[in-house]
Amino acid sequence: MAVRVWKSSGSGVDLKIRGLRKEFGNRQVLSGIDLEIQPGEFVAVIGRSGCGKSTLLRLIAGLEEPTAGELLLRNVPVRKPSPEVRIMFQDPRLLPWKRVVDNVALGLGKGEKDKAKTALRQVGLHDRAHEWPSVLSGGQKQRVALARALVNRPRLLLLDEPLGALDALTRIEMQRLIESLWLEQGFTAVLVTHDVEEAVALADRVVLLEQGRVAMDVPVPFSRPRQRGHGAFAALVDQVLRRVLGEASRAWEETDGPAMTEAAEGMTPVYALRRS
Amino acid sequence: MKRKIHFLRVFRGGVPWILPVLVLGVWLLASERSLLSTRILPAPSSVLQSGIELVLSGELFGHLAVSFRRAAAGFAIGGSIGFLFGLVNGLIPISEKLFDTTIQMFRNIPHLALIPLVVLWFGIGEKAKVFLVAIGVLFPVYVNTFHGIRSVDQGLMEMGKVYGLRSWSLFWQVVLPGALPSILVGVRYALGVMWLTLIVAETIAADAGIGFMAMNAREFMQTDIVLLSILLYALFGKLADSSAKWLERRFLQWNPGYQKG
Repeated sequence: MAVRVWKSSGSGVDLKIRGLRKEFGNRQVLSGIDLEIQPGEFVAVIGRSGCGKSTLLRLIAGLEEPTAGELLLRNVPVRKPSPEVRIMFQDPRLLPWKRVVDNVALGLGKGEKDKAKTALRQVGLHDRAHEWPSVLSGGQKQRVALARALVNRPRLLLLDEPLGALDALTRIEMQRLIESLWLEQGFTAVLVTHDVEEAVALADRVVLLEQGRVAMDVPVPFSRPRQRGHGAFAALVDQVLRRVLGEASRAWEETDGPAMTEAAEGMTPVYALRRS
Repeated sequence: MKRKIHFLRVFRGGVPWILPVLVLGVWLLASERSLLSTRILPAPSSVLQSGIELVLSGELFGHLAVSFRRAAAGFAIGGSIGFLFGLVNGLIPISEKLFDTTIQMFRNIPHLALIPLVVLWFGIGEKAKVFLVAIGVLFPVYVNTFHGIRSVDQGLMEMGKVYGLRSWSLFWQVVLPGALPSILVGVRYALGVMWLTLIVAETIAADAGIGFMAMNAREFMQTDIVLLSILLYALFGKLADSSAKWLERRFLQWNPGYQKG
């Protein structure tokens, strides 16, 4: 049984997915997903292009309807977008005709502008509150989108490859920002990404989707803040990457999962990972 | 430094007027040197004089008011019908299926060619003129409103739905602002058509209005008044265009394409 190392908090919601299937016409994108996510857990969903990870996220968000199977949020089936769930898209999707602060305040009631300003302060854009989105850079726009997603304290945050269009340095800063806000607010987070290193850096658990099913589900047993330079970190990234690319699938099964040989300084005791 | 910047700004603002002033200069010169008979092209001074006379007698403002009223009424009626249909057809697919083909068929009839028919139906009174202006204005507003609604960014619509915007707020905060650049293009075009239609409609038969004033002057060989009315048309056309530009600047200031370069 894999050990879970995540921060449990009262602000997240649990997600139960059983036998989830989604077809578009006669193309089957998801052919039976079984997944359980605990409140406050940070789960990364990785996989090749077209493996259905974005579709899974959109189903959780209520933007699509499943063909079959169950998708339960706090034991209630998901039928349409819920106010407790917020999603961050790959493009910022800011309304160009509203100023930055009004974009963040979207969906808030009247007189809640202060919440919007606070959210902007958290992402470091408080001084750009009254500008038009068109003058911001890509990274800044995504930060505004993040503020908008978090302004109403959602219980579940869905991230659909939000950092894919950013440059490498901005990406790392955004990862740190997302992690710190998650640690602070304690919502459940599901991150879809193609970047294995990002997944291992941020998540408690990495789930691989292959051919419409969950092909791998490994916990990430490192403490935070994650140290990318460390051997154990890099080793896990490498092993997951090779599994995704299909290079080491045989080796994985044979050795019964990667065994960590280094207990790095400042990291919690490491456990042998077993495919659950 | 400040004086230099101010001068540059005034200079840049004046550039569009260089050409008209040049034309005026050439006109003045031509009439001074009697290069053209005054029957063909009267001197600017006599045009100015007739203008002042008409203003003082109150006639000019009377005609202006009538013309303006016709244009405004036609624009209001045609514009609202076009806008409403564009909105409804853009938002509700069934409505589009029902009405769009018919509207497109009517759109392709040159409305000025309908003048004899309109005179038969409405006579030569105010109704005929307002009707002509209205159908002239309707189609550009319809087409551009429809297109604007249909071109709204679907990604933004999806985002709006996820962030809790329901139908009315979705329309007001995402659909309408998204369609606005296209709608304003329609308005700008419609303003041009409105003025053109009015000029033609006023020449058919009228008892007031700038067109009537011009026709009357032609009967009495008062070419300076004819020229005056033409100048007035040009001036008001420019005014209509400027108001359209003002609307764009006011409502589209978020768009980098419309910001002052």
